[in-house]
Amino acid sequence: MAQVVMKDLNKKYDEVHAVKDVNLHVRDKEFIVLVGPSGCGKSTTLRMVAGLEEITAGEIAIGDRVVNDLPPKDRDIAMVFQNYALYPHMTVYDNMAFGLKMRKFPKAEILKRVQDAAEILGIQELLKRKPRQLSGGQRQRVAVGRAIVRHPQVFLFDEPLSNLDAKLRVQMRVELKRLHDRLETTAIYVTHDQVEAMTLGDRVVVMKDGWVQQVGEPLELYGRPSNRFVAGFIGSPAMNFVDVGISEANGAVWIETQGLRLKAAADRTDRLRPYKGQKVTLGIRPEDIRLASGSDTPDRTFESVVEVVEPLGSEILLDMKIASAQMVARVEPTVRVKVHEPIKMAINTDRLHFFDLKSEAAI
Amino acid sequence: MRRRPLIVDLAVLACLVLYAVPFLWQLVTSFKPESELLHVPPLLPSRLTLAHYGVVFTRSAMPRALGNSLGVGALTTLLACALGVPAAYALATLRVPAAGALMLGIVASTAFPQIATVSPLYLVMRALGLRDTWAALVLADASFALPFVIWLMTRFMREVPRELSEAAALDGAGRWRTLAAIHLPLTAPGLASVALLAFLFAWNEFLFAFTFTATEASRTVPVALALFPGVFEVPWGDIAAASILASVPPVLIVIGLQRWLVRGLLAGALNE
Repeated sequence: MAQVVMKDLNKKYDEVHAVKDVNLHVRDKEFIVLVGPSGCGKSTTLRMVAGLEEITAGEIAIGDRVVNDLPPKDRDIAMVFQNYALYPHMTVYDNMAFGLKMRKFPKAEILKRVQDAAEILGIQELLKRKPRQLSGGQRQRVAVGRAIVRHPQVFLFDEPLSNLDAKLRVQMRVELKRLHDRLETTAIYVTHDQVEAMTLGDRVVVMKDGWVQQVGEPLELYGRPSNRFVAGFIGSPAMNFVDVGISEANGAVWIETQGLRLKAAADRTDRLRPYKGQKVTLGIRPEDIRLASGSDTPDRTFESVVEVVEPLGSEILLDMKIASAQMVARVEPTVRVKVHEPIKMAINTDRLHFFDLKSEAAI
Repeated sequence: MRRRPLIVDLAVLACLVLYAVPFLWQLVTSFKPESELLHVPPLLPSRLTLAHYGVVFTRSAMPRALGNSLGVGALTTLLACALGVPAAYALATLRVPAAGALMLGIVASTAFPQIATVSPLYLVMRALGLRDTWAALVLADASFALPFVIWLMTRFMREVPRELSEAAALDGAGRWRTLAAIHLPLTAPGLASVALLAFLFAWNEFLFAFTFTATEASRTVPVALALFPGVFEVPWGDIAAASILASVPPVLIVIGLQRWLVRGLLAGALNE
């Protein structure tokens, strides 16, 4: 049983209010990811859980113990650092055994645990080496190994993959996920990479400027972002935004801007009607823009000019404009499009997102 | 890599010769027979003799002085490091109030010339009843060695990445354990250099040693050497032999520490 509960958590430095009223309930065995741009407070939050930063206000409980005043070593947690922080003068074995030695485990138990962890991570042959003789990926594994030998109640990961090259990062991501499925230990993972967040997290916490923006399962965040920031942060390429006017005619709600006139899907009309005569921000995922076919009615199409074609192999990205806003469409790799030629595109109007212009909250 | 110009090599060689000649001259003199000491040709002795070393060992205060110097040097080094290393660790890793001012004070205290403190220190030593003891020299020398031990070790300790302390804290190590298991091994090369400096300072220190000592019981090598000349003659050969003997222990220590004086132990700590 190791849930982590943060209650009205705050961190203030002299000038900076780094973490603001964070309330979070990390469930037992859950893999939760804190994600956000740099300076959003995600690392500070993690470090407060670890006990490496003092808590300005609020409360953190691990299991059923409030840990505010406990030193890191008594919190029964293990952390993997961004730069691994391996002890350079110790062998891989000693690096992994250090925490157990400090806790006065018997020698035989230490040996067994280190070997078990080394086997899980495939680093048995490296146990006698020093960190400087290891590659980046191997160091990463040792750092994870040092965390898992302790069988802690909670794993903390502080951007553990960001120092690896792209290919290795994808590989380690899968390994971490597999490891978590196997160990079933609560994990809190910090990253600025939304792809990592989406692929690893049972739930994802999006943060910005010290505030929690939204907490939810990955596809929930993607499909129903609660505000414009989350909508733009989750997903790559990012969601397209354009400011539009709302009007009502012929019993339907219309979304309009220069060169675009869309009929709102029936299930949105009620929520959009109060904005009649006002402007809102329209959000469209790149995959919801496609080439128009003959069956597409004019109330879901628009005309534009493709400015850039980005063939990625599995898909093609088309850059174009609606009104003055830049749009990216993600289309099938079989589509043949020429740059600078007029083109007719269609929009999946039942999958549009709307945000209040001022509060930026989802409508 | 570009080849170094020849002139640089020559300059280095010239400097080396300039430093080495007096030492070699002493070395030669220490083995010269008495009769050839004051004649320049021949430059090299016709035969080598150990007579001067025999005199130094059997009929001078040097053996006792060497023992005193080794003892005072070792204790000074030990005391300065035992106090200086934890201080440096604290200054480098903990949030010490007014750490900047403290460091400045430590540096400033090294600026006091010894001669300015010698008379008050003498009074203190006399009041403590420490005149003519090792303790007087160890205390005085350590008080001069301590600031640069703290100063230099703080710089070395600051190079140990903060994440290592944090990892150790999570692993369950307290402050002292972290110092012993992480910071000390990682700054060992630095500590070796610092300890060597402290030892050499105590070894070469003359003013305190001359002032606080009165008898052979506590006289160190520099004092013994200075008191060597007899009443009626200057025994150049014996002095040369004694100086050579005075140089041997530091040289041996440097050779012994050589492995530790090489830096680069921190490689592989972080992946950046």
